[in-house]
Amino acid sequence: MKTFRKGGIHPAADKLTADAPITDVTPTSLIRLMLSQSIGAPAKCIVKPGDTVAPGQMIAEAAGFVSAPVHSPVAGTVKRIESVRNPKGLWQESVVIEIDSDASQQQPSHPRSEKEMNDLSPADIIKEVGEAGIVGLGGATFPTRVKLSVPDGKKADFILLNGAECEPFLTCDDALMRESPEEILKGTLLLMKATSAPKAIVGIEENKPQAIKAMRSAASAYPEISIVVLRKKYPQGSEKQLIEALTGRKVPPGALPIDVGAIVDNVATAFAVWEAIALRRPLTHRIVTVTGPSLTNGGNFRAPFGIPFSDLIEVAGGLPEDTGKVISGGPMMGQAAADLSAPTTKGTGGILILPESMSERKEAGPCIRCANCVSACPMGLEPYLLMLQAQNSLWADTKEHNAMACLECGCCSYICPAHRPLLDYIKLAKAHIRRDKL
Amino acid sequence: MWNVIIALMPALAVAIWIFGLPALSVTAVCVLCCIATEWLIERFMLHRPSTIANGSAIITGLLLAFNLPACIPLWMAAIGSIVAIGIAKMSFGGLGQNIWNPALVGRVFLLLSFPAAMTTWPTAIPSGLAHSTGASAADASSGATLLQSLNASGSAISLDNVDFLGMAVGQMNGSLGEVGAIAILIGLAYMLIMRVITWHIPVSVLASAALFSFIFGGNPLLDLFAGGLILGAVFMATDYVTSPMTHSGQLIYGAFIGLITIIIRRYGAYPEGVSFAILLMNSFTPLINRYCRPRVFGERRGK
Repeated sequence: MKTFRKGGIHPAADKLTADAPITDVTPTSLIRLMLSQSIGAPAKCIVKPGDTVAPGQMIAEAAGFVSAPVHSPVAGTVKRIESVRNPKGLWQESVVIEIDSDASQQQPSHPRSEKEMNDLSPADIIKEVGEAGIVGLGGATFPTRVKLSVPDGKKADFILLNGAECEPFLTCDDALMRESPEEILKGTLLLMKATSAPKAIVGIEENKPQAIKAMRSAASAYPEISIVVLRKKYPQGSEKQLIEALTGRKVPPGALPIDVGAIVDNVATAFAVWEAIALRRPLTHRIVTVTGPSLTNGGNFRAPFGIPFSDLIEVAGGLPEDTGKVISGGPMMGQAAADLSAPTTKGTGGILILPESMSERKEAGPCIRCANCVSACPMGLEPYLLMLQAQNSLWADTKEHNAMACLECGCCSYICPAHRPLLDYIKLAKAHIRRDKL
Repeated sequence: MWNVIIALMPALAVAIWIFGLPALSVTAVCVLCCIATEWLIERFMLHRPSTIANGSAIITGLLLAFNLPACIPLWMAAIGSIVAIGIAKMSFGGLGQNIWNPALVGRVFLLLSFPAAMTTWPTAIPSGLAHSTGASAADASSGATLLQSLNASGSAISLDNVDFLGMAVGQMNGSLGEVGAIAILIGLAYMLIMRVITWHIPVSVLASAALFSFIFGGNPLLDLFAGGLILGAVFMATDYVTSPMTHSGQLIYGAFIGLITIIIRRYGAYPEGVSFAILLMNSFTPLINRYCRPRVFGERRGK
């Protein structure tokens, strides 16, 4: 079985919601749509308080090349435009929409006929992907239109579809692959057409047998798409690691996947592309895994963007009494949610509720230079050294030692026998390098 | 840490089997003095919470004892322990901060301070624990180690009657931990299985020693099994704190330990050079770390 070579760890998978079907969640009264839901410039608001909006209507347009528009998932009235705390606790401009309970919340669907689909040019597809507000749904939220725009002189050999879902606890991609393999593959064909890539490979980790089976049987109709089972190893779903695992090609430091002929998209992104092109539906919903060891009714929920975390947790059985931490995302790369009234965004793939016993940090001991962090780092960095440099404010040295190449996967902090907060210090170093433009 | 202590147990058992109660008392003194030194320094000089629970002082004590003859006066063992923890470890800032392996610093300090006592070896008579009651075998007589004989006679000694099997199971003269090669290798196997260490350092030390022994006209098998080479390669050179971080660095580090050991054994004034070789390479570890950095993902060779 294929995997990447350097580093990596094997945390317990804890896929508690692996068998849960996708269920729809409808918001109750208010949703709050962040204008900044992707990497790049925040979208520019094009509605004002008092406006009525329909499901699928654009409420903010892209503000530059690396930027993505935002659409309303609901029918309702714009109440106000205000600063709201995002899951990380930072204040961000948002459009608050009061839901009109009398209006139909069904997003209109105008499917394209087969002929219309065939007539689409690559440029048409890329343009519509951009207008539909599609961003990388694996969590990085990079505008997909930018990825699909292959620069002059470069050639895409592969579309690589990321179904690794190596992050423990999360099952949103697994559920989507189980339930909608056909749509994912049709989206993949559109991605291939948009980039003129002759081949596509879908990478799925071995611990998702049902998803593998569903995708394999759907893919038998498409010889240009192959399904590859990957050995379970974290962080396989990281772009560079996935490219190496699936193609053996290595993206050099500072280069982009397209430099080695690869374009990586999440399976959920491919699904969104299919919806946007075939049904003319912009991106307004996504699947969110709400899970946790003490949660009574965890599952995979198809929820509109902008719904508060607390609503989703309520649907999943309510906040357990022993809750110690609520994490936006998975346990490895996710971040503690500062405020449960925070709305979800395009990047929110999971809400993980950890009991107190699992959320406390052990006291850090001295580094004994066991080199476990060096062996575990998939990027070939020296986390122990970066932490030492960061503790002494040697920011230029951290840059010299490639702190910026860090994926923030957290393998180092996970493996450290002395429980040292290695990643926290590396993130600090990266922030300083960016701020001081070193 | 505790896995290392478990890995040291077979060798300790062999030492007690061969040398009797004196081996046990030397070990007990070393371990207790190491723990006490660390506790006292943290309590009364550094005023910080005690770290003795992490087990590293126990390992230092065990390793120091393994480097001492069974018949050494116990007060000397105590001084060695105080030097190992107090000077080699705590004065650098405690666990993780020391440059040199504390147990080896303690041993070398004793070797330079009390050369006679440190090179008086009890004649090992493998006759079970019967000898350890009352007057022990260790008090009986003293003899030279094989390496001492070799060094004195300029390797002209006939090797025909060297009992390699006896050396492997512990029927030879030496310090506590030197005598049971197989017991140490069992400890190595345990540490490899538990992933405490990787093979790189022990294998490179032993392979390099065998190679250079052959090049310098010695008997590779004799150089491997005699003296403290296996003990050093498995338990001393692999100390996390004082050895390089990357596998390539570890191979270089191990190879030089092997080379320096053989040079000292052949041409040095001392019959045994493992301790000095490891301490020398400990000094080079920061330099090795600097030049043997891991390659960043996707980086090409030669960049």
